[in-house]
Amino acid sequence: MPIDAPSSTWFTTAPDWGWLIVLYLFFGSLAGGTYFIAALIDLGGRREDRPLARLGYLAAIPLLLVSGALLLADLYRPDRFWHLFIENHTFRPMFKYWAPMSIGSWGVAVFGLFAGLSFLGALARQDGPPRRWTGRLRSPGVVGTMVTAFGAVLALYMAGYPGVLLSVTNRPVWADTPLLGMLFVISGVSLGAAFMLLLAWCFERTLPAVRSLDRMLPWLSLLEFIALVAVAVSLGAAIEAWLNGWGLLLVLGVVVLGMLVPLMLHRRAGPLDVRALALVPLLVLGGGLVLRAVIVLSSEAI
Amino acid sequence: MADAAPAARPGQAMGFYTDTTVCIGCKACEVACKEWNQLPARNGGVNTLSGNSYDNTVKLDGTTWRHVAFVEQISEDRKDARWLMMSDVCKHCVRAGCLEVCPTNAIVRTEFDTVVIQSDTCNGCGMCIPACPFGVIDINPVSKTAQKCTLCYDRLKGGLEPACSKACPTDSIRFGPVAELRTMATARVEQLKAGGESRAALYGADEQMLGGLNSFYLLVDKPEVYGLPPDPKLPSRNLVTGSVSTVAGALLAALVALLHLRRRGTGTGDGGSGGR
Repeated sequence: MPIDAPSSTWFTTAPDWGWLIVLYLFFGSLAGGTYFIAALIDLGGRREDRPLARLGYLAAIPLLLVSGALLLADLYRPDRFWHLFIENHTFRPMFKYWAPMSIGSWGVAVFGLFAGLSFLGALARQDGPPRRWTGRLRSPGVVGTMVTAFGAVLALYMAGYPGVLLSVTNRPVWADTPLLGMLFVISGVSLGAAFMLLLAWCFERTLPAVRSLDRMLPWLSLLEFIALVAVAVSLGAAIEAWLNGWGLLLVLGVVVLGMLVPLMLHRRAGPLDVRALALVPLLVLGGGLVLRAVIVLSSEAI
Repeated sequence: MADAAPAARPGQAMGFYTDTTVCIGCKACEVACKEWNQLPARNGGVNTLSGNSYDNTVKLDGTTWRHVAFVEQISEDRKDARWLMMSDVCKHCVRAGCLEVCPTNAIVRTEFDTVVIQSDTCNGCGMCIPACPFGVIDINPVSKTAQKCTLCYDRLKGGLEPACSKACPTDSIRFGPVAELRTMATARVEQLKAGGESRAALYGADEQMLGGLNSFYLLVDKPEVYGLPPDPKLPSRNLVTGSVSTVAGALLAALVALLHLRRRGTGTGDGGSGGR
């Protein structure tokens, strides 16, 4: 390590978190963001939007399973994944509220439970009064509303906690700012909105909520841009980690392709243009992936 | 050579004091550590030469729990030179970042105030690796778990001195109760300063650094010259601010989403002709 290192974080060892973790972060945020947007649409109570919320619930669980499988695959001893939940010596529940990976593991598991309930609710018959108990797992109704509301909060947790986890280390970039969680959660909601638009486009949903999502996306991108600038400023001297190809990738991949180009397409095409509806979400999703790749891999490279 | 090191007593903080001024870079500590702990001398069968002085293990990792750093300082006109050597090891911090973040309780504090990874509990999540401010821990490719110096916990339990300090021929590595080691080290710094070495200073001996390092050093240059961080911190310093900013970000994103979903009935267009 250089004697004139910009931060003490330069003296630490990289954990060898590569593409598996990048993809875990992406799919985890996407699952959380998608569920959150679906829940907001559902809780809005507009009947004609319910099919779109249903698509969101149906998509969140596979996305969550993919992210979970990626995380499991990244463990050097995946056969011991249960040690995250049960202490292997005492067989007592394993929980450390001050350790982000411990609360994160439980958070993901509980979010999975709520997302699973909403998934079952989405599978149930949608027209007419519910005939089976699974039909009561979606709003309206007390049980359905509670499941959706708690699930929405947990979905935001799912999108944001990995940023806190990265900050609670001693690695360059990650530990040099406390704002990664903020960036991740905003980006996660942005990814969710983009993915829901894509789902609407794929399944030919012509719903009022699509218009809302279409208008919401540029504002979420703006918020994400502000958060990204805040992260860069808060890095201080550690910004050195991005004054190279990683910084260029961040600007081109995240800011230009993931934010500015979608904004320009959106403005030029007008609301609800068919091509923009497909291309804009794809670019936003690509930007979200590049953002996570740069954050993880630029630190790993030091 | 000094008298034999005292046997460790449970409840008493035990540790190392490494006087880098008497290290001769023989690597007896590295060899003794690997021999006692049955660590492979070669990484995956590959004999790696760093090309960097006599330092071929380069750093601490899952199979190298002791590492002798060689620092060559040569003036620009090449008329003056000195060679700094330091046997590096886990610092067994009083406030240990690795122990703080471990999600499985694989990392524990022992009755000797040392920090040990229980290999049968670790699931190789890797969280402790970036949490350590000194870059001490890494994955052992054989056990596929995180590993580092145990301060020879098994030897301490048997009333023996750790293998590295036992093997050190110049007593550069001293083992004993931390309080006694600190007294010894402070006297040595004064001796060096009286002899003209004004740069002599202790690293990690006081409680300012992570509550104190149970393995601390006497250095004659800036810590970063030896590969030690000048200002090591606990990973948890970002926990509260990181969580609060995340909640703020979540509220902002939720507000933007809610505002747009509420005003969906207004605006231009046909009010819902999306899709293909």
